[in-house]
Amino acid sequence: MFKNINYLALGAVLLVVVVLLSLPTRATARLKLAAGSWFLPLFGLSSAAHQLPVDLADNLLPRRELLREIYELRHANDQFKSQALQTEAIRRENDQLRALFGWERQRPWRLQLANVIMRDPANWWRTVRIDRGSLQGLTNNLPVLSADGSLIGRIASVGRYDAQVVLIGDRNCRVSALVENSARDMGVVTASDPLDTSLVELAYLASNASLKPSQAVVTSGLGGVFPKGIPIGRIADFQPVEYGLYTEARIKLDADLGSLEQVWVLFP
Amino acid sequence: MKAMNFFKSILVLAFAFLAVFGEATLSAPRAWLGAQVDLLPVLMVYAALNTGLPTVAALAILGGVWFDTLSANPLGLSILPLFLVGWLVHFRRDLILRDLTFAQLVLGTAASGVVPLLAVLLMLSGGKELLLGWGSLWQWLVMTAVGGAATPFVFRLVDWFNRRLGYAERVETSFRPDREIHRGRL
Repeated sequence: MFKNINYLALGAVLLVVVVLLSLPTRATARLKLAAGSWFLPLFGLSSAAHQLPVDLADNLLPRRELLREIYELRHANDQFKSQALQTEAIRRENDQLRALFGWERQRPWRLQLANVIMRDPANWWRTVRIDRGSLQGLTNNLPVLSADGSLIGRIASVGRYDAQVVLIGDRNCRVSALVENSARDMGVVTASDPLDTSLVELAYLASNASLKPSQAVVTSGLGGVFPKGIPIGRIADFQPVEYGLYTEARIKLDADLGSLEQVWVLFP
Repeated sequence: MKAMNFFKSILVLAFAFLAVFGEATLSAPRAWLGAQVDLLPVLMVYAALNTGLPTVAALAILGGVWFDTLSANPLGLSILPLFLVGWLVHFRRDLILRDLTFAQLVLGTAASGVVPLLAVLLMLSGGKELLLGWGSLWQWLVMTAVGGAATPFVFRLVDWFNRRLGYAERVETSFRPDREIHRGRL
C-alpha cells in the first residue's frame, strides 16, 4: 500500500521543513527575498492594470476641468513658495541660535516615495511590501510615513528591489510615544485588535497621566529608530489597568492602514 | 496517462501560485469581511483527492514557501499544516465521494479551519508574537466558512481547466468488435 514514491514524498517534505526552519535568520531572509522575486512580474502587471483606468480617466477629463486644476495648483504652488521662504528664514535663525548655544545642528529629513505592492496574506501579521529596496538605499529599521506624513511603521527587511514594512499595531513594531499635553506623558504603542486597523494601544502610561480624548500623540524619539515629533494619532479613550498601577489608552491613528497606496520612507 | 497526471499537477501548482499572489494583492476580502481568505488548503484537498502523494508534497512545499515568502511567517512553517491535511485526505480518499458537492464542502471547510489553526499553534509554540485577539476568532470563522464555500467552485474550475487544456479523457464505448454477432444469410 505504501509505495517507495510515497516514502520519498514524505521524506522530501520533512527534509525541506527541517532545513528551512533551522536556517539562520539572515539566510532565511535572503531565501525569502529570492523566492519573493518570482512574484515581481505579477506585481508589475497588477500595478499596470490598476493604472490603466486612471490613465483612461485622465484622457477623458474635459479641457475646462484640466485648466481649473492647473489654476488651483499654481495658486497652491505660490502659497507653498511663500511658506518655504518663511521656513527657510526660521531654519537659518534656528541654526544661528543652535550655533550660539553650541547645540548640534539638526539634519533635515530626506524622504523617498514608495508604492505599496502587496499586503501580508496572513491575518496574524500586519505588514506590507513596498517597491523600493537596497538599490535605492533602504536599510532595516528606517521609519515609514503615510502620504500625509504620519507614522505607519518601520522597514523590517530589505531586498534589492523591494522591502517589507512592519506596520504600527503589529506586535513587532513598538514605538515610544509622547502625548502632547502639559505633562508630556510617555508610553509605548503596542498591538491593536486584529479586526480594527484604525486603533492601537498606548501602554505603560503613568497612573496619574493627564490624558484627554483627542490629544495628539507623536513619537518621543526614544529608542533610536523613530525621530522625535512624527505624528501618530489622537487619544480615543483611556482606562487604568493592573489595579491602577498604570494607564492604558487607545489611539485613533492618523493614517488609514487599510488603504495604503503610497508611503514615504524617511532617512533621518 | 502519466503525462496527463503531470499536467494536472502543474495546473494545481499554477493555481496555488496565483492564489498566494491574489491573497497578497486583493484587499477586498479584508475590507468586507475583516479577514483574508486562504485558498491553499482548498487546493490541497483537490490535490489529495485527484493526484498522487508527490503532487501533494510538491504543493505543500511550494505553496507553503510561496505563502511564507510574502508573509512574515518563518520560512517553511506553512508546509507542515498543508502536508498534514493533504496526507490525511489522500489516505482516506477511497472512502470519500469526491464528486459530491457536499463532500467537497465539508472537506474544504475542515481543511480551511485546520491549516491556519495549526500554523498559529506552531508559531506560538516557537515563541512568535502574533497579532491575536477576540477578532482573530471572527477571522478564523471567515477563513473556514469562505474556504469551505469556495471548495466546490475551485474543484469545478481546476477540472474545467484540466479538460480544456489537458489531454481529453478516453471514453470507452460498450461496443466491442470482437463480440459482434455476424449473422449469415437467411
